[in-house]
Amino acid sequence: MANTATVDELGHSPEVRGKNYLNQTAGVWSWLTTVDHKRIGIMYLVSVLVGFGLGGIFALLVRLELLTAKKTIMDASQYNQAFTLHGAAMVFLFIIPSIPASLGNFFLPLMIGAKDVAFPRLNLLSLYLYWIGAIFMLAAIVTGGVDTGWTFYVPYASGVSTTSVISATFGVFVMGFSSILTGLNFIVTLHKLRAPGMSWYRMPLFLWSLYATSIIQVLATPVLGITLLLLIFERAFHIGIFDPTLGGDPVLFQHFFWFYSHPAVYIMILPGMGVATEILATNSQRRVFGYKAIAFSSVAIALVSFLVWGHHMFVSGQSELSSAIFSFLTFFVAIPSGVKMFNWLGTLWGGSIRFTVPMLYGIAFLFLFGIGGLTGLFLGMLSVDLHLHDTYFVVAHFHYVMMGSTAIAFFGGLHHWWPKMTGKMYDEKLARVGFALTFIGFNWTFFTQFILGTRGMPRRYYNYLDQYQPLHAFSTYGSWVLGLGFLITFICLARSLKTGAPAPANPWDSATLEWQTQSPPITENFEKAPIVTLDAYERPAEETA
Amino acid sequence: MSAKAEALGGAEETKLSPQFHVAHHFDKADTQFDAGRMGVWLFLVTEILLFGGLFCAFAIFRSKYFPSFVEAHHHLDRVMGGINTIVLISSSFTMALAVRSAQKNEKKKTTLLLAITLACAAMFLVVKYFEYSHKIHDGLLPGGNFTAADFASGHPGIFFAIYFMMTGIHGVHVVIGMGLILWILLRNQKNEFSSRYYAPVENVGLYWHLVDLVWIYLFPLLYLVG
Amino acid sequence: MRLDPIELGSFWMPKQSSTIAQEIDTAWYIVYWLDVVMFVGLMVPLAYFMYRYKRRTAKDKVSDVTHSTTLEITWTIIPSIMVIGLFFVGLSGWMKAMVAPGNALEIRTTAEMYMWTFTYPNGNVSVNELVVPKGQPVKLIMSSKDVLHSFFVPEFRVKQDVVPGTYTTVWFEATENRDTILFCTEYCGVGHSDMMARVRVMEKADYDTWQETGLMPGEKPLPPAELGKKLYATRSCNTCHSLDGSRIQGPTFKGVFGRTEQIADGTSVKVDENYIRESLLEPNKKVVSGYPAVMPTYKGLLKETDIDALIAYLKTVQ
Repeated sequence: MANTATVDELGHSPEVRGKNYLNQTAGVWSWLTTVDHKRIGIMYLVSVLVGFGLGGIFALLVRLELLTAKKTIMDASQYNQAFTLHGAAMVFLFIIPSIPASLGNFFLPLMIGAKDVAFPRLNLLSLYLYWIGAIFMLAAIVTGGVDTGWTFYVPYASGVSTTSVISATFGVFVMGFSSILTGLNFIVTLHKLRAPGMSWYRMPLFLWSLYATSIIQVLATPVLGITLLLLIFERAFHIGIFDPTLGGDPVLFQHFFWFYSHPAVYIMILPGMGVATEILATNSQRRVFGYKAIAFSSVAIALVSFLVWGHHMFVSGQSELSSAIFSFLTFFVAIPSGVKMFNWLGTLWGGSIRFTVPMLYGIAFLFLFGIGGLTGLFLGMLSVDLHLHDTYFVVAHFHYVMMGSTAIAFFGGLHHWWPKMTGKMYDEKLARVGFALTFIGFNWTFFTQFILGTRGMPRRYYNYLDQYQPLHAFSTYGSWVLGLGFLITFICLARSLKTGAPAPANPWDSATLEWQTQSPPITENFEKAPIVTLDAYERPAEETA
Repeated sequence: MSAKAEALGGAEETKLSPQFHVAHHFDKADTQFDAGRMGVWLFLVTEILLFGGLFCAFAIFRSKYFPSFVEAHHHLDRVMGGINTIVLISSSFTMALAVRSAQKNEKKKTTLLLAITLACAAMFLVVKYFEYSHKIHDGLLPGGNFTAADFASGHPGIFFAIYFMMTGIHGVHVVIGMGLILWILLRNQKNEFSSRYYAPVENVGLYWHLVDLVWIYLFPLLYLVG
Repeated sequence: MRLDPIELGSFWMPKQSSTIAQEIDTAWYIVYWLDVVMFVGLMVPLAYFMYRYKRRTAKDKVSDVTHSTTLEITWTIIPSIMVIGLFFVGLSGWMKAMVAPGNALEIRTTAEMYMWTFTYPNGNVSVNELVVPKGQPVKLIMSSKDVLHSFFVPEFRVKQDVVPGTYTTVWFEATENRDTILFCTEYCGVGHSDMMARVRVMEKADYDTWQETGLMPGEKPLPPAELGKKLYATRSCNTCHSLDGSRIQGPTFKGVFGRTEQIADGTSVKVDENYIRESLLEPNKKVVSGYPAVMPTYKGLLKETDIDALIAYLKTVQ
């Protein structure tokens, strides 16, 4: 220590060395009242991981029940609650807030060289709203469960189900506000708080994807809010809007619901695409190929996402003309998605690729999103959808997109940014084992379901025909491998907190701004406000020479 | 912030400093002010979409049950609705003036104008209360609770479902708006606003104009057109 | 209900048993092979790049090409043309599936939790069994009594939601003289997965005979108790009433005849011919205590001879 210079290689003076946002203040209260986006991001991270664990347990129970064609471990009503809670927990507690609210909250200000998001207190309010919503949803579990499916279709949800639908939907309603406020915060932050020199086209592409996501959150979520409010009033006071016996229209609910929930699909996938871009760029050691194409395709997906909700309703009884228009528009989501795919490959071309743990997740993302995206074409085709709608083919397709793409990108991002967030390196070998089991288990579980689906196996079936049993059992075995993979990943990450080596500021040799401060960052993010002089992913001249 | 305040030597100077009320993560007061206003505008967009769902439902059911909507809307009190429209537009006007006087450092005038705005909002709710109790008395209620007998067309309950949902959610917004106006009124009393810092007044004003605007669409659609 | 399995026509798909199945399968295989080609087209370069550009040294020379407008335009336009093509492939098959031929046989279909009721043009009714003639277009005019359901016959490749408060239609022309299965594919509650039914496809002449006499091809009139046993299964009594004493939705039929049951209003009743008859026609008049009043009425759905047969059968269940 004798010959330590006053300023280290990152320009940190001795005063801030050893200080970071984690040890600045201590105690539970300092966390619960914090307005630091990094701490809020960490609290979101812990919360969404709990949500993921909860949804995962329900998923394993559902798969276990489907091991045999008749009763295995639970009765039909318990099974219906299990798949409902699996879906609701995964969608509302995990995927929607997962990347934006945890990784996004933590890294968005860092990546644009800001000290915080535009409205730090509003950010904390979002977290509290998320918790309050989650409590209502958990309350529904202990006060009778929910058995409507995560889509809450009427009239079953409004009149027939005897479970705690109101508590669950109210929870989702409250969480909607959390989502809106986070989106609003991000949009304003990106507009107003970019560091000097950080022009729009110098931003890392993760931020473009978060920007597109935020637009959807702000524009679509209010419609979910009003829909759920109407559903709650329908159930509590029989206002009749959705009740056919009172002149209401159950199909209207589906229109309202999917007007939000289809864009919500892109709330889930766009951030995943952004994370994948960061991972691929960092580990290819080169500038992203087709920066503007990737950036604009995110925005294009966000805009098109508002025009395609009717493709969930080809067989719902909506007019034939609507179905034809929705099908046509649906295919145009494929174009920007394809453009992204090609540009990611372009980024690998001519790079210097390292197979770090995050990179493995990044490549798995390309593989799984390829399958998830391409199988979407089947469902967009009007005639083919007649056969595949509401079968296991749909289940397999959206798990490839939601879990295979978003969740894999989320865990990739977690491994990518873990050293920055916690200041610890994890055990790479164990992380690779966790990854391998997850990847194998995932394909094992869900590729099987494509076959089940085309053979006619309907969704949400407790009992099923004996002929589907071998494939169902095969899928269930896969789910155990998948579960084990995640368990190992969790153990690996948790262990690193205790035994991990201290992380350097930039372990992956990444070019983006968040790596230019220490790990973990200080509360103010940067000791000196950064001034950006390089393009996105560009490295200083002596490095690239 | 506190160090700066001391350096400037007292509370008065602090308020006149361009850095007054600037949070640490903004580079200057203008950025913070712009950011706040942008946030509020975005929030107003979400509000419009929230009501947008109900306007869609209105349009769909109106085309489906046109005779019933025509018949049902005759049961709404146009006079009361009209009074409320005038009351709300006046309150928007006084709100706008309040923002202006806050900008001009006219504290007492601001207080007075905010108080008038509050009074108008309260009057709106009182009129709404009489309208609601009249409807409840006549059994003109949503869907399954509809009990009024002398209707020739089917499904008037749907009209009243939409009426109560739209005016009810609007009413909740009026109540929230009153809370916000009261909040800035109290802050104004504590000398917190000046020509250098009046963002909360302006932002609450924007919200209040939206509440007014929604009613300006609700009134003709529900009371006049049906 | 024992159902025969759905027969597979290929690794992926069930057999094609309707006139539109082939076109839908063709569309399916077009997108399938297109997907396979595209996926391989993406993964081969991916694998090659992973091998070719694997980091050798820390100072690897990396490409400084950041974009190519020509490439971007190419890989926007070509996929656009492909997906527009796919749209029209999908549209053409779907148009056929949407428009029923004018001479279609219309069958009124009612879905409820958790059974299917089919009413034929001459007033005959069948429950959880759809009987259709081969080689004639059949149009189902469907509505639901309670929540959303969906009509799906995998072998026919047709699906349509059944919505309360409105009519939806679906049509098909069966091409195989064979039984198959229809599923409910819109989640409808506890019994959703039991809401399957048999689709019996038969020659036109056999269909006419069945309409006339209620006898399936090769069937002789049954003695009452045996007819009752058959009705027990075909009219879904078995979804709620067990034969082995176990409790399902309703009281077990084991030893039901002659038993004295406690009624929900406090009175009791001895199960005799009249009570069984009343319970079939007005099921919720005297509900056995402790059971939900959920049984649908069979008024108009059972012939007098059917009721007699069920009574005769219940006497034998001990």
